Amino acid sequence: MADTFMGFRRKNGSVGIRNQIAIIPSVFCSAKVAERIANQVPGSVYFRHPVGCSQVGEDLEVTAKTLISIGKNPNFAGVVVVGLGCERFSPYELADGIAPANKMLETVVIQTEGDSLAAIQKGSKIAREMQQIASRQVREEVPVSELMIGLNCGGSDMTSGLIANPALGIASDKLVSQGGSSILSEITELIGTEEILARRAVNKEVANEIRETIFRTEEKLRRQTQNSSNKERTHLISTGNYAGGLSSVVEKSLGSMKKSGNAPFSGVIQYGHQPDKKGLFLLDSPGHDGEVSTGEVAAGAQIILFPTGRGTPTGFPGIPVIKITGNPKTYSKMRENIDINAGQVLTGEKTFEQMGNEIYQEILEVASGKYVKSEVLGHDEQFCVTRLP
Amino acid sequence: MENTINLQKAALVIDRSDNVAVALTDLKKGEECILRFNDREEKVVLLEDIPFGHKVAISNIEKDESVLKYGEEIGKMIVPVQRGAYIHNHNMYCERGLK
Repeated sequence: MADTFMGFRRKNGSVGIRNQIAIIPSVFCSAKVAERIANQVPGSVYFRHPVGCSQVGEDLEVTAKTLISIGKNPNFAGVVVVGLGCERFSPYELADGIAPANKMLETVVIQTEGDSLAAIQKGSKIAREMQQIASRQVREEVPVSELMIGLNCGGSDMTSGLIANPALGIASDKLVSQGGSSILSEITELIGTEEILARRAVNKEVANEIRETIFRTEEKLRRQTQNSSNKERTHLISTGNYAGGLSSVVEKSLGSMKKSGNAPFSGVIQYGHQPDKKGLFLLDSPGHDGEVSTGEVAAGAQIILFPTGRGTPTGFPGIPVIKITGNPKTYSKMRENIDINAGQVLTGEKTFEQMGNEIYQEILEVASGKYVKSEVLGHDEQFCVTRLP
Repeated sequence: MENTINLQKAALVIDRSDNVAVALTDLKKGEECILRFNDREEKVVLLEDIPFGHKVAISNIEKDESVLKYGEEIGKMIVPVQRGAYIHNHNMYCERGLK
């Protein structure tokens, strides 16, 4: 029998693992109003960002798609869109984009309400009411195939590729084998493994997309390191990587890739988009901690899995980020921030298999409502929309 | 890196097909080190110092033979090495990333 967890079944059939109200500004000008609304109504979360105006072309499109997709994420029971009124990315366009998710949705526009205080008051009343309606929904048993996890990492050290990532790969494989979904990203950390990843593609088209995605990123980085002033900053592997024992870009990237286990790749997801099936996917995003998580949450991920060797406290609004360290010393220093001590594999107390199972069980518990440390402590730094040059 | 909480003198073999192991603490030349496979252990005498996180050969590897870690080729040997030798970019090369 397939594993299950306790989630919130939404009207559109998707399943949330949290039940909060998202307050989303359409433009940076309404960020403070959104923050104040969220402060008035505990249990709601807000999404501060610096974009939404003075942008053109594909860059603006990616911003628009990403903010819409964040609003559609099933972890949010309702959304309050907060606009200024004259921005290039209109608050109504944002709300229209979220509407097909069929959840509670209202728009507050500062210039229509009169001023920021009036907008805060109106938005707070709406969020309060949404929160009360959401509070009546109870969790129900659903199959793990309803789960999508985002794989990410940051503050890495040599234990990440060696211990935490391979252990996470076992958990990811377990979820995917039961019909769930998982997303690998950080394309900048996959350079050199394109053929190894392409071998795992479900068909030739996906294999080609994987190769092209990695080569495109590599070419972009190569162009950015042509200037004589930054030539020493090679885009492939750093002196710190060599000092840590990595001898080639392939070795470095294999350590990053191991988060995705051995499952086949069902497709490549463009930033801001959702996949139309289940399975393991590659998301086209550079390796910035926040941009990766944001792209994964936009793709529909309800949980982020985050190995960190040196230790980082960051979290994401409304989305649990499970922190795993492969470094036992980091765990003993950062117990308040790190959820799982995979350093037990390094010390020989546990095998990879045992640790992979432990991570998988934690995913199910967190999906059923257990808070991770970054949630309890209110960390929300990882929301960060990617920009195109 | 100062990173040793009661760590035994051991190196980890990540995949059963690998011909290198990764030092789990700073290891010294002449020491006997435990090679930790997923399902068993072996011992190897180190021919050189191996810093934490760096690689030791767990079999003799010929010139131009593949260096295998994670079950995949991470590069090839510039010179032949014996079991117990230190492997890094002084004696292995990787064609990917040279350009």
